Amino acid sequence: MCTTCGCGGPAPEGAPRRRRVSLERSLLARNDAFAAANREAWAARGILALNLVSSPGSGKTSLLVATLQRLRGRLPAAVLEGDQQTERDAARIRAAGFPALQINTGKGCHLDAHAVGHAAERLAPPAGSVLFIENVGNLVCPAAFDLGEACKVVVLSVTEGEDKPLKYPDMFAAAGVLLLNKVDLLPHLAFDVEACLAMAFQVNPDLRVFRVSAATGEGLEAWTDWVAGQVAAAPAGAGALP
Amino acid sequence: MHELSLMEELLRIAEAEALARGGRVETVVLEVGLLAGVEVEALRFAFEALKAGTAAEAAALEIEEPEGRGWCEACARIQPLEARFDPCPDCGAAPLAVVGGRELRLKALDLVS
Repeated sequence: MCTTCGCGGPAPEGAPRRRRVSLERSLLARNDAFAAANREAWAARGILALNLVSSPGSGKTSLLVATLQRLRGRLPAAVLEGDQQTERDAARIRAAGFPALQINTGKGCHLDAHAVGHAAERLAPPAGSVLFIENVGNLVCPAAFDLGEACKVVVLSVTEGEDKPLKYPDMFAAAGVLLLNKVDLLPHLAFDVEACLAMAFQVNPDLRVFRVSAATGEGLEAWTDWVAGQVAAAPAGAGALP
Repeated sequence: MHELSLMEELLRIAEAEALARGGRVETVVLEVGLLAGVEVEALRFAFEALKAGTAAEAAALEIEEPEGRGWCEACARIQPLEARFDPCPDCGAAPLAVVGGRELRLKALDLVS
């Protein structure tokens, strides 16, 4: 068919040839392929990867340090730190005595599976360990990018709005675990825990919830028991969590 | 904000396809479901900001926005879904399993040579 005017005749000599190419290509497919490779590499070595996501200021890094201190001597652990700028978080983890590598995303608002895969190769966490990946503080963008983790762990602190699960439903739907952090501050706040959890379960009825405080250690035993249980339940080659 | 990296990926695919098939890109047809968690206006902005110097330099961007759809187990039916946590409009069950509206796909390219 002539593509110049759409008539049934042959295209005129020298006229531009125009055609529609159907592609149906997902814009996340490339990231998902890197994530699948990460997942396979970690499962083969019995490494449990947890992707920690939250708003900035939820206390993720402090909670991570407190978690690592509880896991010391029980389970090998390593950390990948994602931030737009600075080595500060990786330095905090290393100061606590654990291997850590910083990924600076520059202007990027999330970690992607390609960068995480290469960073994990360099960090080389031992077989049977837990690999914490602390994502860039952002409740929106990291929800869309699978890193190959066994589970996303969303951290929400009680100094934030209790309706965040409804405001950022994609993240709470993508997560398997909710850590409600800074619960030691509850007596000073109007934060309604039950209302918050009801909204979280509205978005994701399968969320596992731990109420924790990095400052006082409250709830950390149950949380670290869960982590250790997941590593034990995922022997080398067993694949990702359901 | 991840619209920028998604658009980089779109232009990477478009560039490779234009190179492999020959021609320049006249139209980019993108499908963005209403539950995809992506801001369409930010995508348009990113497209204009990033297309210079690529095979899609002079291209127009068409965006299709399929609506959200959820499967209600109790009603055994697909229901419209405005937000992913909305209950079933018939029986009130929530959340429904999202079966449509999360598309984020480069559907087609118009190539001119």
